[in-house]
Amino acid sequence: MMLSALFFYLFAIMCIGAAFMVVATKNPVHAVLFLILAFFNAAGLFVLLGAEFLAMILVVVYVGAVMVLFLFVVMMLDVDFAELRAGFIKYLPVGAIVGLLLLVELVFVGTTWITAPDLVRDVPTPPVAEVSNTQALGAVLYTRYVYLFEAAGLILLVAMIGAIVLTLHHKRDVRRQSVAAQVGRTRETSIEIVEVETGRGLK
Amino acid sequence: MTIGLSHYLTVAAVLFTIGIFGIFLNRKNVIVILMSIELMLLAVNLNLVAFSAFHGDLVGQVFALIVLTVAAAEAAIGLAIVVVYFRNRGTIDVAEIDLLKG
Repeated sequence: MMLSALFFYLFAIMCIGAAFMVVATKNPVHAVLFLILAFFNAAGLFVLLGAEFLAMILVVVYVGAVMVLFLFVVMMLDVDFAELRAGFIKYLPVGAIVGLLLLVELVFVGTTWITAPDLVRDVPTPPVAEVSNTQALGAVLYTRYVYLFEAAGLILLVAMIGAIVLTLHHKRDVRRQSVAAQVGRTRETSIEIVEVETGRGLK
Repeated sequence: MTIGLSHYLTVAAVLFTIGIFGIFLNRKNVIVILMSIELMLLAVNLNLVAFSAFHGDLVGQVFALIVLTVAAAEAAIGLAIVVVYFRNRGTIDVAEIDLLKG
């Protein structure tokens, strides 16, 4: 019990510190790397809560895919990031005030929240000793929430097609290979037989 | 020294606040704004999983999975728009995105 509390504080403090560095650091590449650290520590918190599958998904999907995408875009765009931070000090007070107000409200809600005593459990979690978290989640996800699962797949498909359509562009003056034109060539279109008279040459 | 539900909710609240704070602080840089949104979605996921764990109800984790999916889609589309915008205008300053003059 003591050890899990220790790990909770470790993960929580690391996560919050990394999250703060994401918004406070100057270099956007460092911001992405701090965000990766924050996600790793959040995955640790998920493991402490017994949601191992979500923790692994967080590492695979977020750190493996989304953050690499962020890093790729940050490095690809030739942006003067120093210029973009010009109003940093100017925006600091109003941001701090709004953030502080929101934090106070959220902590009030979080700490005075009282669990309804006769809460109806929709899908009770099976005991960990019998069924692992991944298996239990799969048993619910592929039966009761199969339409939601399909909808999530459709959202990802639309996002993928949308991202490709948005960023794909053909340059006019670049010569590209046309496989159909190459395969569609016939003897008649590619060879010309010329009768050359001796001593005259070809005009 | 037991860790209760409110501990996790407080961590999530702090994370969400840092996300809001980041949007206010870096209101010119679209990429950092997108990262702040990711932080806020992470805080929401932490809330959902914490409630799910402490109530013994698995639906919270299913919902967190869906939130994760939508967040990934949002990041992909958002970054694609940033790339296209940078290609057209040569900047990603939010203050200069005013062609429509709303």
